[in-house]
Amino acid sequence: MYGSAYIDPNTQFEGYLAPGEDPALLAEFEARIAAGDKIEPRDWMPALYRKQLIRMIEQHAHSEIIGALPEGTWITRAPGFRRKLALMAKVQDEVGHAQLLYNAAETLGKSREDMINDLLTGKSKYSNVFNYPAMTWADSAVIAWLIDAAAIVNQLANSKGSYGPYSRALDRICAEESFHLKYGHDNVVFLATGTPKQRQMVQEALTRWWEPIMHFFGPPDNVSQHTEVLMRWKVKMDTNDNMRQMFLNMYVPKIWDLGLSLPDPDLRKNEETGKWEYTEPNWETFKQVINGHGPCNAERLAVRRMAEEKGRWVRRAILKENTPYAIPLS
Amino acid sequence: MKIKSLDPRIERAQLDSDSQEGMNSPMDQFQTYEVFEQKKRGTHHIHVGSVHAPNAELASVFAKEQYTRRGQCVNLWVVPTAAIYATAYEDADIFETTPSKYHRDPESYKVMDRIQAFKQKQNA
Ligand SMILES: [Fe+2]
Ligand SMILES: [Fe+2]
Repeated sequence: MYGSAYIDPNTQFEGYLAPGEDPALLAEFEARIAAGDKIEPRDWMPALYRKQLIRMIEQHAHSEIIGALPEGTWITRAPGFRRKLALMAKVQDEVGHAQLLYNAAETLGKSREDMINDLLTGKSKYSNVFNYPAMTWADSAVIAWLIDAAAIVNQLANSKGSYGPYSRALDRICAEESFHLKYGHDNVVFLATGTPKQRQMVQEALTRWWEPIMHFFGPPDNVSQHTEVLMRWKVKMDTNDNMRQMFLNMYVPKIWDLGLSLPDPDLRKNEETGKWEYTEPNWETFKQVINGHGPCNAERLAVRRMAEEKGRWVRRAILKENTPYAIPLS
Repeated sequence: MKIKSLDPRIERAQLDSDSQEGMNSPMDQFQTYEVFEQKKRGTHHIHVGSVHAPNAELASVFAKEQYTRRGQCVNLWVVPTAAIYATAYEDADIFETTPSKYHRDPESYKVMDRIQAFKQKQNA
């Protein structure tokens, strides 16, 4: 569902070659990327590239698996059989996306066990939006349409990145997302063109989700040497603000078209610059939620812990002793 | 502290927010298998990714769920990652050959020209 090169502003940047790394190898690596070639798992790569990619792909994987939870809440109460089937299929897709992404991150040398443990202890993050509850069925519709839409903007950009396994996983993922987007749009349109009560439901959900959606792409990037290097290495493919603009440009007109409103009186497209103007969302809230103080952080991790714990006896029962482990090939 | 949730299933599970359970130890997620998919009879199996599984049978079940949810597939192979011997990218020069491949080009064999010339000579 989601991928973001959100760069922690506290990350220390100490030059992009680690001690002992060979500048000649770096030159070859950079030339390959500049030529539009992909980097594969066993190629030489700078430690910083490896570290940032693991962090980013891992966060993306966690976002898929945690992102399945707010929507999964509504499977048992979906209105009607067709919607129940579709929602189950969507949630299964999201969990499948997590697995594809864990495998891509694993090719860089971090085991899936370590990634799951870092998720559970809070050391490794996932997308902030999933720390909010899906209060009504209309919330699940807004998530499926707009959060997936935002994720697609991000994932399409990242699929052009330089790391082969991540690009390949994203190509598969993007192909599946088109169903999510259509399904979500269909649900929102159904409510928005329905009874006054249904319209009210979807309007309220949209109002609740607007700030998390504006947070989705992360705070404006500060122009640092770190960002500049990651963009040259095609790890980060675009600035957070650019991606937010693309999203606004594609979806705000569609929302307004349904006669729905958004809770920002200053939101408008400046026809001269072609850019959207808006009130900056509260980035202090964003930080608070990322650091564990959102409405659902504790619930999301507790559910994940339960899933790991309850499945353990099954996994133990079928685990063969002394099986050799090998890093996935690609 | 007990988790309060809007989801009745989670309410019933009585989850504790201070729980430390669920931590994984090495190999809890099993070894990996590489997955090869054949889209239709008569075509090659193509590598599509990998899955974690404790044995080949389950690997093929997971591979089916993961890689064939949409679209067609008639056959799947799963191979333990450790069983694959791969060449190194840094040795890519082993695939370089002479630039001219005329000796492999069917068009470079001009038998008809020769036969025509032979016949002309005989008739002369
Ligand atoms: Fe999705
Ligand atoms: Fe997804």
